[in-house]
Amino acid sequence: MSEATLALPAPRLSAGEALAGWMLTAPAALAFLLMLLAPTLATIALAFTDYELGAPALNWIGLENFAELLQDRGFAIALRNTILYVAIVAPTSVLGGLALAMLIEAGTRGRALFRAIFFLPVVSLPVAMAAAWQYLLHPTIGPLNAALRAVGVAGPNWLSSSDTVLISLAAIGVWENIGFNLVLFLAGLTAIPRELYAAAEVDGAARAWDRFRLVTWPLLGPTTLFVVTITMTRAVRVFDSVAVLTQGGPNKASEVLLYAMYEEGFTYFRLGYSAAITLVFLAIVLALVWLQTRVMERRIHYA
Amino acid sequence: MPDRSLLRDLPRLALLTLLGLLVLMPYIWMVAASLKPLDEIFRASLSLLPERFYAVENYGKVFAKVPVWRYLWNGVVVCGGILFFQLLFAVPAGYALAKLRFPGSGLAFGAVMLGLLVPYHVPALPLYVGFSQLGLLNSYTALIAPATISVFAIFLFRQFFKSLPDDLIHAARMDGLGEAEIVWRIVLPNAWPAATAFAIFSVVAHWNDLFWPLIVVNGPAHATPALGVLYFRSDEAGDDFGSLMAAAVLMTAPLVLAFLLAQRRFIEGIATTGLKG
Amino acid sequence: MDGISIAGLGKGFGGAQVLRGVSLGVAAGEFVALLGPSGCGKSTLLRCIAGIERPDSGSIRIGGREVTGLRPSQRDVAMVFQSYALYPHLTVEENVAVPLAMRRLNAAQRLPLIGALLPGTRAARDSITRDVRGAAEALGLGPMLSRRPGQLSGGQRQRVALARAIVRRPAAFLMDEPLSNLDASLRVQTRREIVAIHKAAGVATVYVTHDQSEALTMADRVAVMQAGEILQIAPPAEIYADPQDLRVATFIGSPRINTLDAEADVDGVLRVAGQAVGMRVSGTGPMTLALRPEDLQLAGAGLPAMLEGVEFLGESLLVHLRHAALGTPLVLRLAPEDRETLPPEGEITLRFPFGRALVFNGLGRRVPVHALSPEATTLV
Repeated sequence: MSEATLALPAPRLSAGEALAGWMLTAPAALAFLLMLLAPTLATIALAFTDYELGAPALNWIGLENFAELLQDRGFAIALRNTILYVAIVAPTSVLGGLALAMLIEAGTRGRALFRAIFFLPVVSLPVAMAAAWQYLLHPTIGPLNAALRAVGVAGPNWLSSSDTVLISLAAIGVWENIGFNLVLFLAGLTAIPRELYAAAEVDGAARAWDRFRLVTWPLLGPTTLFVVTITMTRAVRVFDSVAVLTQGGPNKASEVLLYAMYEEGFTYFRLGYSAAITLVFLAIVLALVWLQTRVMERRIHYA
Repeated sequence: MPDRSLLRDLPRLALLTLLGLLVLMPYIWMVAASLKPLDEIFRASLSLLPERFYAVENYGKVFAKVPVWRYLWNGVVVCGGILFFQLLFAVPAGYALAKLRFPGSGLAFGAVMLGLLVPYHVPALPLYVGFSQLGLLNSYTALIAPATISVFAIFLFRQFFKSLPDDLIHAARMDGLGEAEIVWRIVLPNAWPAATAFAIFSVVAHWNDLFWPLIVVNGPAHATPALGVLYFRSDEAGDDFGSLMAAAVLMTAPLVLAFLLAQRRFIEGIATTGLKG
Repeated sequence: MDGISIAGLGKGFGGAQVLRGVSLGVAAGEFVALLGPSGCGKSTLLRCIAGIERPDSGSIRIGGREVTGLRPSQRDVAMVFQSYALYPHLTVEENVAVPLAMRRLNAAQRLPLIGALLPGTRAARDSITRDVRGAAEALGLGPMLSRRPGQLSGGQRQRVALARAIVRRPAAFLMDEPLSNLDASLRVQTRREIVAIHKAAGVATVYVTHDQSEALTMADRVAVMQAGEILQIAPPAEIYADPQDLRVATFIGSPRINTLDAEADVDGVLRVAGQAVGMRVSGTGPMTLALRPEDLQLAGAGLPAMLEGVEFLGESLLVHLRHAALGTPLVLRLAPEDRETLPPEGEITLRFPFGRALVFNGLGRRVPVHALSPEATTLV
């Protein structure tokens, strides 16, 4: 017998397995290419053109769209409003969700009921609920102002005054997000071993605050980080309530990034310019993810 | 302390009830207004119960002016179609990425991770141009096609199949099953828990979505429930809050009822699925 | 008295009564093991002592102080948990420092940054560091002070949990199966270290375990628990040789003690399957004769048994038998060189020394025995 036949075949990828792998991923790969990769690249390309829907041709204009963004007062307002909206919605709904989760977790009664109540906005049709909010916040016939009148306060014109419109939208945003965060925090809280609380008590952590500092807060760290990022990404995407309730008004006081992008693209059909706004939006989302990974790398708790 | 007396638990329950009522306010007033005649609504009284029960008129007006069933049916077709293709594409791909070694799998997984970073608003503009060129605006195709690829679903199923023991696949190969049969007979039956969780996640997301339908659909023929409410509000209702609230109740009801029936699964599907992503 | 004293402790969960009026005294500096099968209530008893569970009835005194209604933090006890319950985000040094920081620093001094500026913080922190280093050194944790629990082996984590307990001088040590998550060889080694730590600290210790070898080797006294009651509390040798309850006799010892159904006639003469075994007991009616495997001997006459098989264990032989009339399984422990004295198969007869025979009445309580002939040393 020759050496060659004696030698065992080197471990290699089996042709059948490789074929199966390609066959099984092919449909997804095709759809990915057509519906995600190509259009995303096209958006990036569009941002450097002056393309308008229906225009016979497009020209490469380099960074002109971005230069225009810098000059565009409307865009500046949209960016500022979006940041402001995130700055209100994210902390409030994160801390509120944590507080609610701890309140629910503190006892056994009513857990499922309260969890369901606070989660309800997450599954409710946002457009329909926006209509409900419109009624609730209506300056003359809305129950909120009616209640304020009953105690002698003249309520503002919540959604049509440029002073209150953003705060009103942010309140709706908090209402939409708090139940989602609550559920994530509840999952995080139940994952903390009960023994740690017992150990903390034996170690002398007498007050609830001591146990929160010693056990709850640090062990919730990864959950909190995740909740903060996901809430910020969700808040940056604010669109439905603006589209239904204010269309960015009054006088752009509630203009936000995605609505500006929608208007430029699908109302004025300035697709190149709209694509540039989209890229700014994408950059913000990517920056948030990058920030999350950075923080996560810096403090790994359970190596 | 899990087992404390009802009396000591009372402040906690009272606070939760108060906050719960606050969260329920929009629902309470939405339903209340849908039962009231317009003149009562305009009087802005703080009474929840109608003096004159006007539900029949309000809901009747919605059904008379708006193709309610059409919108709901569109919602079902769109969500069902999206889910069908998402699973059709993502389950095999997730399995292949989890259990098979093939050239290009690293690249494919990299693409999935990259895709996870891109919000679905980003490819919207070119997709709109594409569908417009193909004359496919105002069609189920335009509503469904862009969502058929869910990198999140691929990622989710990959993670799920990773946790299936390799020996299961090896045993199946030893028993003489081909790769296709393995997917069909071993992998799919095991994918149910992940599939239900993802299904809920997907249906809730697309039933509630306004952005994309608003872009590609114009007119009631293919309008989803979200668009339906929007149309009714701007065309018919104006300041007729009674029937507007009735329309809102009707379009919100299906998912909310489903949620109330299967809360635990919904919460697992939406939030816990989110945690893994 | 110092140490721990528990009187009439009762505790139920839902419908199930987990502790049924347990009373227990642990002297200052004494090491008591709570031994019993899982679900017997031993962990609940320990958690009641720690204050983690609240008893329904009864009282607990620690270090001469009534602590029944107090929170764990006010009881001055240290506990080692089965899961170790280390804070995963803190280093070894920080973990061990927690009980000291909670006591020597006030809430303001514990605040990050600001706390360091307050008067007294520096001195307190220094004393804490000194004591933490001392405790860590004593357990060989010096080189890993800056690691986190996730980077340690099971044995090292266990030491951190011990260090956290001994770093301050509590009135009592409470240990809940601290060795159950270690592998066998580490368990034997750590067993002796815990005894040494206890000796050095001289603090009343309650040690919960389901492993009788741990209880018998480590404890000054062993309390055998079953179904929410302490059946007997005594030094290890006494628990083994002189059990007062049939359940104690059968729980302690491996292989399990041999038990034979017996009957005492009106004169108290004990018979097994009609055969008198040379003893009289106080009482009449159904009895149980219990004999340790090492107390049975091969003899020319005595209890008849059928040979079923022999297991070689190295240092000894286990001979599996069945009582010829009752069919009850019996185990006999022999020295390996005694193998030749065994017939290859068939019936053999057994005797036992009078002093080793344990007889329990129908309620499972020990009854005194008297030899029928006073000069007899072995019976049957």
